[in-house]
Amino acid sequence: MNEKPLTTRFRPDGETLTLNEYRKTGGYQALAKVLKSMSQAEVVEVVKESCLRGRGGAGFPTGLKWAATGDEGRHPKYFVVDADEMEPGAFKDRLLMEGDPHQLIEGIVIGAYATQAEFSIIFIRWEYAEAQKRLRHAIGEAYGNNLLGKNILGSGFSHDLHLHVSAGRYICGEGGALLDSLEGKRAIPRYRMPRSTEVGLWGRPTITNNVETVCNVPHIVNNGAQWYKSLSRSVDGGTKIYGVSGRVKRPGAWELPMGTTVRELLEEYAGGMRDGFRFRGLLPGGASTDFLIEEHLDAKMDFDSLQPFGSRLGTGTMIVLDDRTCPVGMLHNLEQFFAQESCGWCTPCREGLPWTAAILKAMEEGQGRPEDLERLKLHTVYLGLGNTFCALAPGAMEPLQSALKYFHEDFERHITEKRCPWR
Amino acid sequence: MLTDDMKRDLLAELAHSRTSQSACIEAMQIVQRHLGWVSDETICDIAEFLDMTPEELDGVATFYNHIYRKPVGRHVILICDSVCCWIMGYRGLREHITSRLGIDLGETTKDGLFTMLPIQCLGACDKAPALMIDGKLYTDLTAEKFDMLIESYRK
Repeated sequence: MNEKPLTTRFRPDGETLTLNEYRKTGGYQALAKVLKSMSQAEVVEVVKESCLRGRGGAGFPTGLKWAATGDEGRHPKYFVVDADEMEPGAFKDRLLMEGDPHQLIEGIVIGAYATQAEFSIIFIRWEYAEAQKRLRHAIGEAYGNNLLGKNILGSGFSHDLHLHVSAGRYICGEGGALLDSLEGKRAIPRYRMPRSTEVGLWGRPTITNNVETVCNVPHIVNNGAQWYKSLSRSVDGGTKIYGVSGRVKRPGAWELPMGTTVRELLEEYAGGMRDGFRFRGLLPGGASTDFLIEEHLDAKMDFDSLQPFGSRLGTGTMIVLDDRTCPVGMLHNLEQFFAQESCGWCTPCREGLPWTAAILKAMEEGQGRPEDLERLKLHTVYLGLGNTFCALAPGAMEPLQSALKYFHEDFERHITEKRCPWR
Repeated sequence: MLTDDMKRDLLAELAHSRTSQSACIEAMQIVQRHLGWVSDETICDIAEFLDMTPEELDGVATFYNHIYRKPVGRHVILICDSVCCWIMGYRGLREHITSRLGIDLGETTKDGLFTMLPIQCLGACDKAPALMIDGKLYTDLTAEKFDMLIESYRK
């Protein structure tokens, strides 16, 4: 059976898959099966059993989320797909939406059926213009073929899907901020309780899932939970779209068993470092994850295996730092990004991130002072988990705290030599 | 003044919005597609159309980086300054564009043809450095490639 369910249908020429092509290769069979012969609870159950965990970065079990939409009577319910892929380093969702938009739509309708949602919204970032175009076309095809709209495939189940094009800002990837943005407000994170599965979009029960997560669903329905678990090399089910970027020989993205090691990705798939460049470290899952270094390369890339090394899977798209790139400069770039993207709601994030970026900038320009290292370290504590309203600032501190540990000498050299040694 | 064309697009957007405010971000994008940017006057017009106060709408407008509250050139160059592009040559590319077009980030050429703005990660990290012109993505850029590209936008 197919070991790369998410990407196997991709056309080699990079063009999008049409509805006909998708159907010829078994597309929408899972939806037909669900609508004809499965109860809502049965769909939730098979997704629970499959050990599918959210691919947006947090890794929450999808089946549990689906089961939590609150009491039956509160309608309408909403099914939101987070296609606001803005984590620096991540580009997997774009590939999925461009390559096989119907796979996502089929997953959405199945998810909506399982959670009894009447409406779904794909929240897509402005910059993904090609994906928008392909999705719009695919949504039109789905409506035209009774795969969306009223009485889908004669089942009595009706569902409407809308594509929302965002107007920017990284914070929209935060669950509550995304819902605020859909309500036409400034995207400010919400209080965590009550959960959006009970009080979400316009106060209604709302499920929010990542694109890659939803794309897995039709395959789980078709082939079963056991098959899905067998694809993986870890306790989390399925495959993962991993990516590697930076100064490696073959940057790119690959669908591989969940639990593939960092070394395999870096050396086998990305071909190792480019000639003349040496490996120093990498951010395994986007800008807001802790650095891993040489000694961690045999770690498995899954939700639990990176935690003992102080890092996490995040989006699974890694960014490689080479020996000819200044780690302090890289950190300055990262912290400048997070400072700019802070929504400004809570003080530690609004004030602390620009300060962090300013210290790093000064170091790069030869103005660093000995006490700055201690000051940066304090920031990683005060902007860490529990001290801010949402996860943006704690995420920003992850690469910084690990860089201070692994590249301590490089920071010190900036201060003692009063210049950036890489310039 | 909102033209009939704009109003038609706005009404189509409102048709699948639960509240009129929830259409406001898309509404501003629609009007911006017609006018190039969103002026104070436009804010007032859209706000009235959506039954919001201008202050409320401006609060939303100024939050999102793709709503332009100042005029931009005919072509908008969005240059990715996030970490992968930064590693792979963002600084050199940006300096080249600045010397080539005579504009820094946030500026517009004197002939009104080009505006250069920074943008967050474009999701083309395996093909860095990347930029976008008028919503079209260009990757694996070099100074030479940019020069050829920009000529095609002059025509």
